[in-house]
Amino acid sequence: MVARLAFADATVNELAEPYDVTVQAVSKHLKVLEDAGLVSRSRQAQRRPVHLQAEVFDLMTRWIERYRRQAEERYRRLDDVLRSMPDDLEPPAMPRPPQTGAPT
Amino acid sequence: MSTTNTRETEIVSDPRVPLVRITREFDAPREKVFRAHTDPELVAQWLGPRRHQMRIDHYDCRTGGSYRYVMSSDGNEFGFHGCFHEVRAFELIVQTFTFEGMPDGVALERVLLEDIGNGRTRLTATSLVDSFEARDAFVASGMDSGVREGYERLDELLAG
Repeated sequence: MVARLAFADATVNELAEPYDVTVQAVSKHLKVLEDAGLVSRSRQAQRRPVHLQAEVFDLMTRWIERYRRQAEERYRRLDDVLRSMPDDLEPPAMPRPPQTGAPT
Repeated sequence: MSTTNTRETEIVSDPRVPLVRITREFDAPREKVFRAHTDPELVAQWLGPRRHQMRIDHYDCRTGGSYRYVMSSDGNEFGFHGCFHEVRAFELIVQTFTFEGMPDGVALERVLLEDIGNGRTRLTATSLVDSFEARDAFVASGMDSGVREGYERLDELLAG
């Protein structure tokens, strides 16, 4: 929905249409967004299109950066694991075919 | 295209398909990196956030195998499971990923390892889901860093 609004303002019906959700469900979600100050709705126009506040883009950028940072923390742990592994690895016992009977 | 670029992990949120792509280089040959992804004892040492406990139920990383693990923190447990669709030694792991709190959701994940010389490896990890909303919720979730109230409200919305 946010992705849709990032593209252009839209009415509640337009927001509900592509998804298997009711207009009521969309309205409920919009209320949460409005309360959070993330979208605004014009009072004058008949259609009352929903407008995404520019700050939401900042929020997405922050989420993406947080996600990236989590991945970086994970891969630093992997760096440590890699450093702790011996250089002369035994050949891996895989990939094995899934259960094709008892080995001879 | 939202891209964050540093010397560290690089992340791309694709505007055309609901996908997140992460790239990272490791100062280790890809045999080691591959082993660290397929040996459950090694996986348990790095996959979960430090302050979570990770319990591996099973982790059968081979073509046609499956996995399940549980992260726990402050009495909360989060289960994850999926299947390994293609596991090719030292270069490729294709698997599904489901957070058991949202059992209808599934991501298709692909880890590609490339030898970039000097004993170094480039890892490219992609996660593909079936809607942009799910992708954004995926990015926005992250149990790792104490989800703040504002984020939780948007998580609900994006997941809806």
